[in-house]
Amino acid sequence: MRDLVIIGGGPAGMSAAIAAYESGIRDILILERDAQLGGILQQCIHNGFGLHNFGEELTGPEYAWKYEKQVRQLGIERKLNTMVLDLTEDKVITATNSEEGIFQIQAKAVILAMGCRERSKGALNIAGSRPAGIFSAGTAQKFINMKGYLPGKNVVILGSGDIGLIMARRMTLEGAKVHAVCELMPYSGGLARNIAQCLDDFGIELKLSHTVVEIHGKDRVEGVTIAKVDENRKPIAATREYIPCDTLLLSVGLIPENELSKAANVNLCRTTNGAVVDQDRQTSVPGIFACGNVLHVHDLVDFVSQEAEIAGKAAAEYVNQVQEASANIPLTTDGKIRYTVPQVITKKKDVTVYFRVGDIYKNVKINVFDGEKLVLSRKRPKVAPGEMESITIKAEQLEAATQLHFALEVM
Amino acid sequence: MERKLTCIICPLGCDLTVKLENNTVLEVSGFTCPRGKAYAETECTNPLRTVTSTVRCSDGSLVSVKTDKPIPKEKMAQCMARINQAVATLPIAIGDVILEDVFGSRIVATQNNTGNA
Ligand code: SF4
Repeated sequence: MRDLVIIGGGPAGMSAAIAAYESGIRDILILERDAQLGGILQQCIHNGFGLHNFGEELTGPEYAWKYEKQVRQLGIERKLNTMVLDLTEDKVITATNSEEGIFQIQAKAVILAMGCRERSKGALNIAGSRPAGIFSAGTAQKFINMKGYLPGKNVVILGSGDIGLIMARRMTLEGAKVHAVCELMPYSGGLARNIAQCLDDFGIELKLSHTVVEIHGKDRVEGVTIAKVDENRKPIAATREYIPCDTLLLSVGLIPENELSKAANVNLCRTTNGAVVDQDRQTSVPGIFACGNVLHVHDLVDFVSQEAEIAGKAAAEYVNQVQEASANIPLTTDGKIRYTVPQVITKKKDVTVYFRVGDIYKNVKINVFDGEKLVLSRKRPKVAPGEMESITIKAEQLEAATQLHFALEVM
Repeated sequence: MERKLTCIICPLGCDLTVKLENNTVLEVSGFTCPRGKAYAETECTNPLRTVTSTVRCSDGSLVSVKTDKPIPKEKMAQCMARINQAVATLPIAIGDVILEDVFGSRIVATQNNTGNA
């Protein structure tokens, strides 16, 4: 029997482990499928990480190392090259690695920190054949930054999420020509600074309200046809344009990796594709916690670390059987606000609620209601789907609450 | 003349407006913190960028690197050429200097590579 097993040794898993240790438990084990800790940060060699938590701009590997150093200093046990195959509601983990074969661990508490994966092209309906030369942006990133292979010379990128923008710059610096970045929506899902320093710096065109309608080529991509889309996101035939290229990168979103959560009968949220959690990041299964991109996709790793600290501390309290008065306050949203994390509040203490909106709005109020009663209201000059927002609710404000409804009001 | 910029110093990405006359900055607005003002001033006179990439190691593996200071923007391609010619001798610890004096900066490792991976 282990006190705490953490599945995943990326930024979420490491922060959670450190926080659990600092909260007094010692029997902690991190299971990581890769040969090193750090997760996706190891291939994110660009800078821009850690501004909130460290006040400096670090590259991904440097940010990861800050936490790995601490994990090592504290002597927290970890098994690398270890793949978790199954997790049960009773917190029995089945895992495998080449030294131990298949083995089982019974844990008192489990933290899910498996991260997310990229949406694949299967989810997109593009006409044409399926030649070589189509990669997800993250796969291309791994090829270039971890293996040293440039996947192509003439590139079109579909999707303007941050990974796509970062890869436009990376491939250009390595000598490829990026012909265009197409974005289906009328706005980019990436950070403004990445449009400036990854596209504008290199004269790469961002084509908003554009998509790839056809892929050409038999063995290898020879070109793509792009087109402008109307307000219903339907391609306009008259705007079709052929771009010769040998590579198409897809940067069309991320989804939490929740196969294990499903195996453990954890309730999932249909909007986030991650677990439904309370303020401690505890799932519907007592003793199973979730944090980081497996819970909901974050824009900044700093927020992943902060969320993981909450989960790590709470998991330690669970192991130590700290009892607190419990409540059951569900959080709901109006649709303009797409989701909140947590989705339920079970303890009446100060809670920071994170949320995302579904569209770009200017000059808004975020109102939190308990039935008819306005509990609190916060102004925001601008909100956008690409930027996670948060609001802190004080313990006093939860005193009489039975449910909380989050609504966006345009002023 | 007026120039609109997006501050790239932090993920907030503030919209900056710069009033210029003959390449001297008269006024900057739109910044949230002093670093944004400083960015606007250098961006209009001597734009700088941090370059991140990878260097081949003696065993054929890679190690990620960065310029330890931002370099002139127009030197990015030449900086990449220097980085691509370099070979790093293992083992490498985070912060090790791989190349000295690259357009006023040093190329430093941002990853550990023991050579056993
Ligand atoms: S002005 Fe300051 S807060 Fe705004 S993007 Fe620049 S560094 Fe960030």
